[in-house]
Amino acid sequence: MPEVTYLAAIRQGMWEEMERDENVFILGEDVGAYGGAFKVTDGFLERFGGQRVIDTPISEAAIVGAAAGAAHMGFRPIAEMQFIDFISCAYDMLTNYVATARYRAGLPTPMVVRGPSGGYVRGGPFHSQNPEAAFLHTPGLKIVCPATARDAKGLIKAAVRDEDPVLYFEHKYLYRRIKEDLPADEEILTPIGKARLAREGSDLTIVTWSAMVFKALETAEQLEAEDGLSVEVLDLRTLLPMDDEAIMASVRKTNRVLIAHEDTRTGGVAGEITARINNDAFEFLDAPVKRVAAHDVPLPYAPSLEDFVLPQTEDLLAAARWLAAY
Amino acid sequence: MASPNSVSQPPSIPTGLSVEQLLDLYYYMRLTRSLEERLAALYRQTKVVGGLFRSLGQEADAVGSAYALDQDKGDILSPLIRNLGSMLVRGATPVEVLRQYMAKAESPTHGRDLNIHYGTPEQGFIGQISHLGDMVPVMGGIALSFKMRGEDRVALVYVGDGAMSTGTFHEGINFAAVQRLPLVVIAENNGYAFSTPTAKQSAVKHLADKAAAYGIPGVRADGNDVLAVYEVTRRAVDRARSGEGVTLIELETYRRKGHAEHDDQSYQPTEEIARWEADDPIDRYVRQLTSSGWSTPAALADIDRRIADELAAAVALVEPEAMPEAGTALAGVCLDPPEAEREWYDRG
Ligand SMILES: Cc1ncc(C[n+]2csc(CCOP(=O)(O)OP(=O)(O)O)c2C)c(N)n1
Repeated sequence: MPEVTYLAAIRQGMWEEMERDENVFILGEDVGAYGGAFKVTDGFLERFGGQRVIDTPISEAAIVGAAAGAAHMGFRPIAEMQFIDFISCAYDMLTNYVATARYRAGLPTPMVVRGPSGGYVRGGPFHSQNPEAAFLHTPGLKIVCPATARDAKGLIKAAVRDEDPVLYFEHKYLYRRIKEDLPADEEILTPIGKARLAREGSDLTIVTWSAMVFKALETAEQLEAEDGLSVEVLDLRTLLPMDDEAIMASVRKTNRVLIAHEDTRTGGVAGEITARINNDAFEFLDAPVKRVAAHDVPLPYAPSLEDFVLPQTEDLLAAARWLAAY
Repeated sequence: MASPNSVSQPPSIPTGLSVEQLLDLYYYMRLTRSLEERLAALYRQTKVVGGLFRSLGQEADAVGSAYALDQDKGDILSPLIRNLGSMLVRGATPVEVLRQYMAKAESPTHGRDLNIHYGTPEQGFIGQISHLGDMVPVMGGIALSFKMRGEDRVALVYVGDGAMSTGTFHEGINFAAVQRLPLVVIAENNGYAFSTPTAKQSAVKHLADKAAAYGIPGVRADGNDVLAVYEVTRRAVDRARSGEGVTLIELETYRRKGHAEHDDQSYQPTEEIARWEADDPIDRYVRQLTSSGWSTPAALADIDRRIADELAAAVALVEPEAMPEAGTALAGVCLDPPEAEREWYDRG
């Protein structure tokens, strides 16, 4: 089986969908001739032509708005944000127009907005963001955050085929660091709304997604080796709609939950997950639900500061040990 | 390109600048270029933490325009990523810029923001954020405060051909135009926004044509001619100061390096780059200064030496400096004291 990076997996997924359905097209800044700031769409212009790979002006609101209009007409646009931090420029379009279209007016808006998110790359406050919490609060959107190459491919394909707007947040730290053997002859589709059990365990669950999955796995291995603890890792993959069933099944099994995310703590997705656990599985808890998240500051640039602000494996280890001892 | 005329007597300077001021312009352009060359060397040694953005070939546009502002009157500008030169004119120092790029504790943002994203109204410039176009309404607000207080001050903001495609550019310049604010908007047309040529950003023939949509004058100038840039900006600044409102200035220039140091700029034809290299703004200005008798090669070489010494000292000072202490990351989001630093598990 060929070895495929996380980045190549996204490419493959989009490529296959564009081959399969002529209504799929790409629009964004520098996506055509240049192949995208991170080369995710390299070669697409040559294969699919300028009608289906559109270089746009620096106009995120127009990119998202135009994608919505085309989606109403039966196209399935994939809009790229050069960095996901710039999705804020299209916030109005997404939350007011796109997210309400079906409910308000019965207008189907099958479109994907994707882009590189996440920190640990010395990108400073405007090239490191994780905007999922800002959109989790908006009914009408779906949000996916793949951690593996398989899911990067499976989720972009599923997002393209979904009948509703999907925000696809890929983690730029994983682009070339993650490599997996993916079968060339199998169609990979990851269902939206379904979590993945990344590691089985019985003493404690870490609920997480995106790049944090790898810190959770490291934590689990270290806890097994050093503390004899059996740690389960649940990779949510989709944040909206959330896979409550998978979360509760794990809570009922391990009775101790740590939620880890890279975004800042206050108003972060962990708060929502905690509320759901309290509601659905409170009696199964042997300890309070804990969270590890970034400190509540804009993400600073200096490595010493960034490493301090973002959650590290040591933070997960300490939190997990506290939970296990509770 | 105007051919320099040779005369025995130093001719009067068309811009009304003194010879000392002409040499100032040279100094700032050369300082910009040399500082960026230093940064490029540090970048190759992986001592720059993030990306590096160059303004090679655009020094005249940044320096000439900023020089048209009045430091004593308290004018304020906001640069874009290729306007290091404009900040140096307003008093930014190589030490500050080196510390920013190298994320040092003593940097103006204490390691929080990167490259030339820094500045305060007191310094005469305020830093951009990455989100293109955002500084247009902000500088409009600064100009609004000048107007509300009846002050004799002017604000100036830079946008690229790409940044002009943003909604914030449009909203900001329109608001300022309606309010007749003392604002000068410089549109730097350097041919590309990352890989995207200007023709794919805007369908107008000239970016200055957009001014018509806001009911303000739009003018164009050769961005590689520092005196022309100075003159066109000076007129717009005077106009703004006398209460006549916003001017949009398009400066035509060229981005000779890639978008950032990592970009191989394969999408820029080599002949195109070569053509603009032949029209290098510093070389051109040196020819102008020496052939007109305003200066001599020896005097300019003195300035170059002064800059080299200044930069060597700045690098020697900054390189060994420490990055910020991790714990300093928490303070200062708001004015209130930060939450007492808690143990890791309390982060939950
Ligand atoms: C709103 C927004 N979208 C996308 C980007 C990513 N980006 C950074 S610089 C750049 C190109 C800028 O071009 P231009 O304004 O012409 O300035 P130049 O780099 O040519 O000096 C892009 C697309 C951004 N910074 N802000």
